[in-house]
Amino acid sequence: MSITKTKSYTLGLRCRECLKEYPIQPHHVCEDCFGPLEAVYDYAAIKKVLTREKILSRKHTMWRYQELLPLDQDPTVGLEVGYTPFYRSRRLAQTLGLKELYIKNDAVNFPTLSFKDRVVAVALSKAKEFGMNIVACASTGNLANSLAANAAQAGLESYIFIPADLEQGKVLGTLVFGSHVIGIRGNYDEVNRLCSEIADKYGWAFVNINIRPFYGEGSKTYTYEILEQLGWRAPQHVVVPMAGGSLITKVKKAIKEFYDLGLTEDASTKMHGAQAEGCGPIVHAVIAGNDLFKPEKPNTIAKSLAIGNPADGYYAIKAIKESGGWAATATDEEIVEAMKLLATTEGIFTETAGGVTLAALKKLIQSGHIPPDESVVLSITGNGLKTQEALVGKVGVPELIDAKLSEFDRIYKKP
Amino acid sequence: MPKTRIYITYPEKLIKEPVIYNVGQKFKVVTNIRSATVSSGIGVIGLELDGEQSEITKAVQYIKDLGIKVKPIEQDVME
Repeated sequence: MSITKTKSYTLGLRCRECLKEYPIQPHHVCEDCFGPLEAVYDYAAIKKVLTREKILSRKHTMWRYQELLPLDQDPTVGLEVGYTPFYRSRRLAQTLGLKELYIKNDAVNFPTLSFKDRVVAVALSKAKEFGMNIVACASTGNLANSLAANAAQAGLESYIFIPADLEQGKVLGTLVFGSHVIGIRGNYDEVNRLCSEIADKYGWAFVNINIRPFYGEGSKTYTYEILEQLGWRAPQHVVVPMAGGSLITKVKKAIKEFYDLGLTEDASTKMHGAQAEGCGPIVHAVIAGNDLFKPEKPNTIAKSLAIGNPADGYYAIKAIKESGGWAATATDEEIVEAMKLLATTEGIFTETAGGVTLAALKKLIQSGHIPPDESVVLSITGNGLKTQEALVGKVGVPELIDAKLSEFDRIYKKP
Repeated sequence: MPKTRIYITYPEKLIKEPVIYNVGQKFKVVTNIRSATVSSGIGVIGLELDGEQSEITKAVQYIKDLGIKVKPIEQDVME
């Protein structure tokens, strides 16, 4: 690693609600009001050391913004994560009638093809700082893959909790890394409750429970990269998929941090959230004009976004409203159509969550929330190779011929 | 004695009901409200329940049976 830190820029943890401060420790909720804890930085000190030139001199990974991540030492896990492709769309932009559309593609993030590699890299590096040797998560997909792979590379023991009826394909993609995979029989609420109890009892580094204040910060790097790759400027709009709601709050935080540090000159990006119609508590609250969401029972093919009671839902609603953005949902049919549209116009095979995001973008254009002449970033956060079942029977079948030229001549239609 | 920390989400029709008072009357648990937010017909309360586990379990079931959603303060952790 070429970056050497001489000091930590993380001052401690602070409750987002009552602002009570806590030392840096594996702890996630305020003891007084149950509000979530968040890392607090010494921005004045960071401003003195983190310049565009400094960032540009560093390796192309998420760690080029290291001062803005909550580690006290150099990272030790996921050193190659991040700096994924970002480019201006031509064919999709034309199809949607947008003048300036960009795609940020974490479907090819390393090592497990989703943006979760960013949060896990920070969470496991932090767990090692804390001296915790067992890491864990509750996940049905991308987080499980990422935790298992990064833990394997770091030599950490990992436990992954999944619903007992999870599809074999998803289980294999985690088991291959040597994790302990535990299937839990019970409904969604019971699985969630048990995971909270295990995290509380065993004291492991449960990345999205007791390590959550550190874990969530990793996703800021997705936005730092967008801002840098766009030429140190903020787009006018960004469309973000929402599950627990954390990512969109971190988009907001990252844009503000870069602006406050003088790395960009604008922070007026409108943030738009995307969810599936069959699990859209945050979107439904935004559209209804509510500050609070009503928990929903998920019923969608977009499994990676199927969180009916999102931990950061309240803050996601706030981030969208404060930015002047909006929100939209996508039906299962619209998700599949959008996945096909992205694949056939940009050559990107995204997972169902990407289909949700693109379908939502289409609706936001139609409703006038995203004007066609303004700059837009489409957030692609996961890879379609992991959710191929969503497209079975929906993309046609190969034409079959005998091994004769005449057979091919018969079916070939000249343009 | 163990303590249980939960968020309870009220539907609009139950917002006027003294649910937490009733829990304290019907079960041997100490109720301690840590946060409360009400907006547009939805109420969310951060609640700590202190008492024997069997009483807490019964109290939580009573709240659920009223049609109120009960979640751990971590909310959904399955991602």
